[in-house]
Amino acid sequence: MSDADLLFKALADPGRRKLMDRLHAHDGQTLSELCQHLDMTRQGVTQHLALLEAANLVAVQRRGREKLHFLNPVPLQEIYDRWIRKFERPRLKALRDLKRRLEKDAQSSPPTDPHPTRRKP
Amino acid sequence: MNAADRSQFVYVTFIRTTPAKLWEALTDPQFIRQYWFNTTVTSDWKKGSSWKMVSSDGSLTDSGEILEIDPPRRMVIRWLNEWKPELKAEGLSRCTIELAPVDKAVKLTITHEIDRPDSKLITAVSGGWPRILSNLKSLIETGEVAIVSRPAH
Repeated sequence: MSDADLLFKALADPGRRKLMDRLHAHDGQTLSELCQHLDMTRQGVTQHLALLEAANLVAVQRRGREKLHFLNPVPLQEIYDRWIRKFERPRLKALRDLKRRLEKDAQSSPPTDPHPTRRKP
Repeated sequence: MNAADRSQFVYVTFIRTTPAKLWEALTDPQFIRQYWFNTTVTSDWKKGSSWKMVSSDGSLTDSGEILEIDPPRRMVIRWLNEWKPELKAEGLSRCTIELAPVDKAVKLTITHEIDRPDSKLITAVSGGWPRILSNLKSLIETGEVAIVSRPAH
């Protein structure tokens, strides 16, 4: 499997993306720290971390008896340079802004809501 | 020191080259300028040597000293930000650069750390390194960089 295949495979799983989010929020965590607040078994987290490490999205450092996990964003930059930058146009940003605004409007005042008073705050 | 009392990041990239060539790419000012947005790095790369970085507009951005150097394997730089007062106020940080051959590539690991929690310096430099490393890999492997000028912060 090529580096790019490993990378996209690693990114394709919601559990692994959640682990990346946890490391982004707090870098350099042990396995036990990562297992807290996660709805995954310790074995599951271990397997996900191994795949993330194989894809070079997580770098591991040993400190004494502890093994710390760090998010490594360098492959994401490579994806960005390879797959996003060349397609990037101001138009994409305009579309994204429009989507955000419409979705925000839909949340705050849906024009077709027949029961506005029943809405939760 | 407890892990909670420091801020650090660890970035890794695998580059299809030899340790000797990668070491040269990391220490040759002409080469550095190509992947580091026209930044000029000055040092004579010996233990205890001074080290500094000057941006394309001529301003001093970072300064420091070579704490350890073991070509083509490992280098530790004492690193002080000179660019923003609030980052300089955080004091000295350490940048460790390690090279290890893996199959037909070299694993390049950059660790940047400072002995304080929630460091703004670490947050600031952590945004720059992925672009620099992606550029470096691209330049060595294909002869071209992806990002020529420093993106706006």
